[in-house]
Amino acid sequence: MTDITTIHYLVVAAALFVLGVIGVLTRRNVVIVLMSIELILNAVNLNLVAFSRMWGNLHGQLFAIFIVVDAAAEAAAGLGILIAFFRNKETINVDEIDLLKW
Amino acid sequence: MNPVINPGMAPVATPFFFYLLAGMAIASGLAVITRKNAVHSALALIVTLLSVAGLYLMLYAPFVAGVQIIVYAGGIMVLFLFVIMLVNVEISSKERQFNRIWPIGLAGACALLALFMSAFTKGKDLFLDPMTGKPRWPDPMVKLAEGSNTQQVANMLYGEAGRMGPYTFAFEIASLLLLVAILGAVIMTKKKI
Repeated sequence: MTDITTIHYLVVAAALFVLGVIGVLTRRNVVIVLMSIELILNAVNLNLVAFSRMWGNLHGQLFAIFIVVDAAAEAAAGLGILIAFFRNKETINVDEIDLLKW
Repeated sequence: MNPVINPGMAPVATPFFFYLLAGMAIASGLAVITRKNAVHSALALIVTLLSVAGLYLMLYAPFVAGVQIIVYAGGIMVLFLFVIMLVNVEISSKERQFNRIWPIGLAGACALLALFMSAFTKGKDLFLDPMTGKPRWPDPMVKLAEGSNTQQVANMLYGEAGRMGPYTFAFEIASLLLLVAILGAVIMTKKKI
């Protein structure tokens, strides 16, 4: 087997990113859409850490830590919105969330 | 890898483990977006997160791997499981799982993947050293210290010798962001404000 280079990590991250995009675009359950967003953020983190390894400095790892902070904030706010919405409409399907449509 | 520079770490970072962890991450990522039951999706997502943490370890980022396990697999996923228990899983697992425009979404995502792959094949030379034509990494000249990784991350976050680090201000802003997220989550989930 050949050595693992940066490209290998980029391909894995691209696959995870596309899986996340498919989840966001096709699923109806809002919880699973939020989980797919976590998948996308993880793919970005993997890219950043792989480039940090390639260039031999730590800036990519610092960016990855800040993205983890962002993901935590996003999950808290998104799930809060989800609970508030479920209390009003008794559904968590994306295509039934149409209160702003007219 | 120089055995003096990274004692004990080099034998683990074999191609076999890379392919194992990458396959686990992608397979469980596929399970996340295809399972009917949201709890199964959450458990598959935990497997993905742990596999990605293993990939971080192979990239000599032990602190990021620890943050990934503690914050993601320990914190965010518990939050997700709580919310799944609060909203009604039984009803939604019996309903239609994909929305009506799913072929368009799938086609768009496949086009995105093709774009990524063509960018990687066309831009392959960017990852090669222009002098030798070999990959920039694994390169014995470019290395990260594994033993003092956490200390170096801390120096860049908090600064060293009384001076601010390059990310100290961003760190403070991130703490403010977390405070706003806490307030937002609490206020949005209150019954009466």
